[in-house]
Parts: sequence; C-alpha cells; structure tokens
Amino acid sequence: MSNEGYVTADGRKIGGTVMEMKNITLRFGGVKAITDISFDIKQGEIRAIIGPNGAGKSSMLNVISGFYVPQEGEVWYKGSRRPQMRPYEVAQQGIARTFQNIALFEGMTVLDNVMTGRLNHMKTGLFSQAIWKGKAEQEEVANREVVEKVIDFLEIQAIRKTPVSRLPYGLKKRVELARALAAEPSILLLDEPMAGMNVEEKEDMSRFILDVNDEFGTTICLIEHDMGVVMDLSDRVVVMDYGKKIGDGSPDEVRNNQAVIDAYLGVSHD
Amino acid sequence: MFYREAGDFKTTYKDDNQTFPIKFDRYRYYFVLFVAFALIPFMLNDYWVNAIFMPFLIYSIAAIGLNILVGYCGQVSLGTGGFMAVGAYACYKFMTGIDIWLGGVQYALPPINIFFSVILAGLVTAIVGALFGLPSLRIKGFYLAVATLAAQFFLVWLFNKWEWAYNFSASGQINAPERGIFGVNVTGPNVDAWAKYLFCLVILTICAVVARNLTRGSVGRKWMAIRDMDIAAEIIGVNPLKAKLSAFAVSSFFIGISGALFFSVYLGAVEVGEAFGINKSFLVLFMVIIGGLGSIFGSFAGAAFLVLLPVLLKNVLVGGLGWPTDLAAHLEFLIVGALIIAFLIAEPHGLAQLWRVAKEKLRLWPFPH
Repeated sequence: MSNEGYVTADGRKIGGTVMEMKNITLRFGGVKAITDISFDIKQGEIRAIIGPNGAGKSSMLNVISGFYVPQEGEVWYKGSRRPQMRPYEVAQQGIARTFQNIALFEGMTVLDNVMTGRLNHMKTGLFSQAIWKGKAEQEEVANREVVEKVIDFLEIQAIRKTPVSRLPYGLKKRVELARALAAEPSILLLDEPMAGMNVEEKEDMSRFILDVNDEFGTTICLIEHDMGVVMDLSDRVVVMDYGKKIGDGSPDEVRNNQAVIDAYLGVSHD
Repeated sequence: MFYREAGDFKTTYKDDNQTFPIKFDRYRYYFVLFVAFALIPFMLNDYWVNAIFMPFLIYSIAAIGLNILVGYCGQVSLGTGGFMAVGAYACYKFMTGIDIWLGGVQYALPPINIFFSVILAGLVTAIVGALFGLPSLRIKGFYLAVATLAAQFFLVWLFNKWEWAYNFSASGQINAPERGIFGVNVTGPNVDAWAKYLFCLVILTICAVVARNLTRGSVGRKWMAIRDMDIAAEIIGVNPLKAKLSAFAVSSFFIGISGALFFSVYLGAVEVGEAFGINKSFLVLFMVIIGGLGSIFGSFAGAAFLVLLPVLLKNVLVGGLGWPTDLAAHLEFLIVGALIIAFLIAEPHGLAQLWRVAKEKLRLWPFPH
C-alpha cells in the first residue's frame, strides 16, 4: 500500500496514511471474528466498512478504538506502531467514536454530554477545580466556546439544557456525534450512524457527516448498512464477509466486484 | 411571578454557568446565608444547637461526601461509619499531638489548631478512602457495597484494638480536650452554643462550595460519565482508575471532616463501636437516597429530613399531645419509617427532584404551559 494521497472524484485532495491495520486477526475462543485483515485510512477521507451481519465490522472498529486487542497483527497510527493500549489512552491520542446503540450519559444534559467530549483537553487539577475561580473557570469557558461551535454546527442549540433521557432517538444520535466531534479527533469512528432512522433523518445525518469532513477536515471511518448512503458518502470502501476482507476500493470498484455481489446477493452453490 | 428566567439575559458563558442562574434563586441563597450567619447565632440556646443544628450541619457534610461517591460517581458505599471514625480518631491525634517512635527515638508533634486538625483529619480519611476504593475497579453495584462493608467492620475493629489511636486511655474512649480558634473555645466542656454552631457552619459552607465546584467542572463530569455508562466513559478518554479513586478520596475527605466534627465539637467523647457503627453508614446512605442522588441540595434536604423529623415528632407527640415518652419514642420510628416509604413512592429520585419539579412549575406559574 502506498503512503501517498489521491484526489477524489469530487476533487478533494486526500493526504497520506493516518492509520494502517496490518494483518489483524481477532479471535474469541474458537471463533475467528476477524481474519488477517489489512487496510489503511488516509488523512481527510471518508472510509467506509461494509458487510453483511456478523461480518466483523463492529469488531474491527472496536480494535481501532482499543476496546478489543487483536491476537495477531499491528495497528499503525501516525507513522508508528501503536503499543497495546487501554481505550481511554486511545481516545487521548485523538480517536473518537460513536456507538451503534447510543452510549450517551443519560443522567446529564445535552450540554454536559457534549462537554464530556472535551475532557481530554481539560487539564486543571482537583485543587484548582475545588477553588473554581481562576484557572478552572477560564478553562471551562474556553472549552464551552468550542462546544458551542459544535452545538451550532449540528443545530442542537434548542436542546442544550435538556436532559438526554428526554430526547428522541434521532436527536440522541446527533448529540452523540456532537460529543465525538467536541473532542476534535484526528479520526472519527462512526458505528452505524444511521441505524434506525427514517429517510429525512438519514439525509440530515449524511449532510452532517459530509459537512464535518468538509469543514474540519476530519478523517472519518464509518460502518453503515444503507448501501445508498455508503456509496454516496464514502471515498473508499472496505468490504468484509465472515471476518475476511473481500473487497477494497472506491465505491464504483466495490460495486462491480464479483465477490461483493456474491456476499450481498448470495450465490448458488450447485 | 418573579421566579422567571425570561428577561434575565446571559451574555457570557460565565454567567450561564452560575450555580443559581435565576435572580430570585440567587437572592434566596444570599438570604439563607445571611440568616444562617448573622441571625441564628444570636437566637440559639443549648437545646437547639445540640438537638437540631449540630446533627444537621454535621450530617449534611457527611451526606455531601457520600453523595459525591454514590450520587455522582455511582459507586455504592456502606463504609461511611468507618470513614467517619477515621476522621474522628485522626482529628483526636492531631488535636492532642502525635507522637511517633522511630528507631527508639520519640518524635512528638505539637497539638495542631482545631480547624487544621479537622482539615488534616479529612485528608487522612481521603487516603484511607482511596485505599478501600481499590476494589471498585473490579466490582460494581451491590458487590461493591458488600466490599465496602469490610472497611466499616475493619476500621471499627482497628480503633477498638489499636491503643495508640486512643492514646492508651483505660476506657478505650477518646475525649476532646479544650481547643479553640481565635481565643474562642469550640471543643471541650465549656463551649458557647453559638461558637460550636458557627464553627460547623463555616466548615459546612466551605465543603458545600467545594463540592459544588468539583461537581460542575471536568472532574464532576468524569464521575457522572462513569456513573451513567462506564464503558462509554472509558472510550471518550476517562481513566476509570483515576476517576473512581478520586471520587472515593474526595468523598472520604468530606466524610472524614464530618466524623472529626461529630467527635470533637458535637459529642466530645466517643467510643468507636457506638458512635460509628454500621447504623451510621445506613443513616447517611438513607439521607442521600431520600434527599436525592446526585444533588448537593438533596444532601441538605436528606440530612434535614432525618434529623429534624424525629425531633419534630417528639415535640408534637410528647409536648403537644401529652403522650408518654416511651410510647412516643416507639411511634416515632413507625412514623418516620412510613414517611420515608411514602416519600420514596411519591418521588423515587428524592426530595431534590420534588424541589426541581416545583421549581419548573414555578417558572411557568400561573400559566399551565
């Protein structure tokens, strides 16, 4: 795999490799969830991982975010091999993610939830926090400004002070995206950002994802089931089936790949 | 009518972050502070201080401490009594001067001022609390509660057996010597009611402000993130070890302070099993649950409810209705218990939630929407 960038169909310039997965194998006991998969994520692109149910897409995302430790293979991040890390250390390196089933903090308001995305940028100690006036307050206000920009961007100003538990599903998904964005990640992982949404909500979410990529230049890696959405949004697609990689390339290449067609439409075995 | 946020425009994030964003609330808060600091000290007598204000102020500190752990960080603890004992005994040692033998040589620290003794006792308890918080990294919920029971029983046992802790006194009790601040006694047999009251009130005010500051900033958000969903918290970059242990430490700090005051200012003489037994752990936990988990105001409300209600009932039953004392004492338990159940059925999230709902209604009143 080359380390060079490329130019997308719509003329955006994509940079060099940010993250590279090399021969990842993940086993749960006797079950092989991922078998010898390699792919890379380049600076500024929207990279999709697709595949039928149980293909190992979410496991792949969990490997990237440090939640699962693969038995074999290496994860390379920003030019160096990533040692084994706890998930919070991975997050501190600038990788943020959302979850397939929403993982917001239900007892907190939208604002507080999005503010938790800034925790890696807030460094004042316990003591100055206790005094509050001065350092802690300045830090809080400075980070609040960043958070407010994200809130404006995702158009959730009106629900800022609403407890998350009172929100409908679609908005929760958006708040979760806001929390991940607030961290100003270098790679944003989205696990099925459009699951369970209606057409309109999907359109909104697609627009947000494109805008995020466009405006902040955030590298995005997403898993999605809706083929139309994936093909429209992403620059390059990895296709997985039964834990193996069966295709990798631009949406058009993938669409015409015989192995992919077989995996999705089924193939007769006689 | 005047309980409105309409028209009160916030132009900075600092203003928006205030503890009391509504003007009326803010003035009410200043008014309460004024009454507590400037009026009540002149109207006190010994009965009021010993029956109502001392327990209320001191249990409020303990409830704030436990609320940080249980309400904000979601780690259940039944070790409160034990941690209060650590605070009490540490305070006793600091008040009387610590003596240590190292290699056959005795090093003696002079007695430390009572205010700093109380704060230092809090710090010692914070360290002990963090140690007993270590199991929380592996176990959760009810199982953690049972693990913290070990702290309760171990600490009570320790202070029964460890003679150095009670200065080798024959009775095994600790007695607060006469100590003061700015020339006014706050511990010992000759203390004015107002001095005790003000001393505890000042410490409670500091504790409440610190607790509020900690819970509204990044530390508090880490705790709440761990409480609401620990896996997601870890994925967004919260170190669970640091977050849980800091919650245990801060919580124990407050609980230690309350234990120190309970011994030195309120009771004056303490026998560990009696004063800091498992009952105390449950009492403070009930205060937190009845008051409202995850709310500083709830800690006050819970403490007030469980301290004031028995006193009120006693006055009504014995003083008002003229019932015999023993009958009233038993009925008191019944009524308090029934009221707790009634309150929790009406509002499982505690008095703080009732208060919140009332405020939300007030904001709109007299209009329905």
